[in-house]
Amino acid sequence: MAFKIIASQCTQCGACEFECPSGAIKFKGETYVIDPKKCTECEGTFETQQCASVCPVSKTCVPA
Amino acid sequence: MSAPMISLQGLSGTTVFDQSPARAKSGGCASSSCGSSAKPHEMDSVVWEKIKDHPCFSEEAHHYFARMHVAVAPACNIQCNYCNRKYDCANESRPGVVSERLTPDQALRKVIGVANEVPQLSVLGIAGPGDACYDWKNTKATFQRVAKEIGDIKLCISTNGLALPDRVAELAEMNVDHVTITINMVDPRIGAKIYPWIFYGNRRYTGVEAATILHERQMSGLEMLTARGILTKINSVMIPGVNDEHLIEVNKWVKERGAFLHNVMPLISDPAHGTHYGLSGQRGPKAMELKALQDRLEGGAKLMRHCRQCRADAVGLLGEDRGQEFTLDRLPDKVTYDASKRETYRAVVARERGDRLAAKSEALGMVKTAGSGKSLLVAVATKGGGRINEHFGHAKEFQVYEASPKGISFVGHRKVEQYCLGGRAEDKSLDGVISTLEGVDIVLCARIGNCPEDRLKEGGIRATEAYGYDYIETAIGALYAAEFGSEPLAATA
Repeated sequence: MAFKIIASQCTQCGACEFECPSGAIKFKGETYVIDPKKCTECEGTFETQQCASVCPVSKTCVPA
Repeated sequence: MSAPMISLQGLSGTTVFDQSPARAKSGGCASSSCGSSAKPHEMDSVVWEKIKDHPCFSEEAHHYFARMHVAVAPACNIQCNYCNRKYDCANESRPGVVSERLTPDQALRKVIGVANEVPQLSVLGIAGPGDACYDWKNTKATFQRVAKEIGDIKLCISTNGLALPDRVAELAEMNVDHVTITINMVDPRIGAKIYPWIFYGNRRYTGVEAATILHERQMSGLEMLTARGILTKINSVMIPGVNDEHLIEVNKWVKERGAFLHNVMPLISDPAHGTHYGLSGQRGPKAMELKALQDRLEGGAKLMRHCRQCRADAVGLLGEDRGQEFTLDRLPDKVTYDASKRETYRAVVARERGDRLAAKSEALGMVKTAGSGKSLLVAVATKGGGRINEHFGHAKEFQVYEASPKGISFVGHRKVEQYCLGGRAEDKSLDGVISTLEGVDIVLCARIGNCPEDRLKEGGIRATEAYGYDYIETAIGALYAAEFGSEPLAATA
C-alpha cells in the first residue's frame, strides 16, 4: 500500500512533496522518493493520491 | 549638458553612454513613454514612480534597467499545452526554461553577486519554471532574504493566477508591487483547449470545469491586486485558431479590472521542445500576425511591445541574457552586497534620462512639423541607454521604431544572428539579417562596413552610421524631417 516515483520521469519540481499529507516524500540525491512506510496512498484523507494528481508528468507517481 | 557622461563601459560592459556632449538641448520632461505609449504627464505620478525603473512594465525603463529572475519555484498547479515540464535547455531563451534551480539561500547569493556586477539591476522576479504563488514557501523566503539585504530592489512575480487570491495580502505586505498574470482566455470553453488540467482544492480538475475555476480565480486575483494598488501586467499567449480572436475580449476584461499592461506574446511551439502544441502541430503566429492583433488591441488595455519572452533565469537588460556569467559555480561562496555600482549608475541615469526626454520631445516636434502623412520604419542597433550605440555586425537584435504623423513609437524587436563573429563576417548570416529586416526602410547603427551596407542596399534597405551615439528618437526625428519635410533639417548627422 504505497506509491513510488519513477525517477527517470521526475522533473524534480517538488509539488508532490508539499502536497503529500503523510510527509512521505523527500528529495534524496537526484530525485524525490516516497518512503513506503509512511505512504498511505492518501487513504482516508483524500479521494485521489495527491502526488499523482499534482505531478506534471503522467505515470510518474504510480503504485509501487 | 554639463560635464561629459561617465562611461559605464567599465562598470557594466553593457550600456555605453556618449562621451561627447549630447546634441540635444536640455529641457523639461515633456515626453516619454511607458508600457506602450502613455506619457508621464498623462499618468498618475504614483504609478510613474512604480514603473520608471522596471524594464518590463515601462518601455522607457527597458533602455536603462535590468531584471533578473531566480528559479526558486519549480512546482506548478496547472498544466498548459504550451509547456513541457520535462524539458530544460541552457541554449534556449524562452519562458519556463532554466539551467539551474535554486534554494532561497542560493538565490540570495546569486542576487547579491549580480547586484555587485550589473549596475543596471533594478528588478528581481520569480517567474517559474513553476508558479510563484503556488510554490509560495520558496518565493516568500527568497523575497524576504533579498529585501533585507538590498532594500531598494523591486520584487515581482509571474503567476498563472490559480493560487493568486490566497497570496495577495502577503504580496502587499512584502511590497511586491508588480505582478504578472498569464491570462489566455475569459471563456472556459476556449480555456479547455489550452489547459488539460488544474490542481485545486486537493484534486485534479479537467476540461471546462478546470478552466472555469482558473478563470474565476484569475479575475478575482486581478481585482484584489487592483484594489491594493499593485500594478498588474497580463501576459497572453497568442495561439492561432485557438484564442487569437478571443484575446480582444480578454483585453477588454482585464482593462475593466484595472490591468496596467497587456502583453500579447507569440506561442512558441517547436516540436523539439516536446510540448503538447509542439507535438500536435499547433503553429505559432507570424510576426506580422502578432503585430496585426496588437494593432487591433490599441485603445484597450495598454500594450507591451518590448517583451523578449526571456528565460525564467535571465539576467541583464531585456534582450540580453548574462545568466551564464552568474551560475552558482561562478559565484563566490560568500558574497557581501556592495551598493556602490548601482548607486553611481542611478545618478548617471537620472541625468541622462532627463536629457533623453527633452531630446525625444524635440524629435517629436520635428516629425510633426515635417507635415508628411507618410510613415517610416527604422531599425536601430543599440546596447542600451536609448542610444544608437551598437555596431551593425555585433547586433543580436534590432529595435524597430515607426515614425509617422502620430509620433515616434517602438513597435518591436527583431532577433538576428550576429553577422560579425570574432572579427569575421559571415555572408550567410547577412542574408538572414536582410530577410529579418524585411519591410524596414532604414537601419541606424554606430558603425557599419561598406560591404554589408552595399549588400543591404541591394536588398532594398538603407543603412547609416551618420547618427551613431545619438539618442534614438533624435536620430529618427532628424531622419524623418530629412526624408519628408518640406525644408530638410540638418539637425544632427
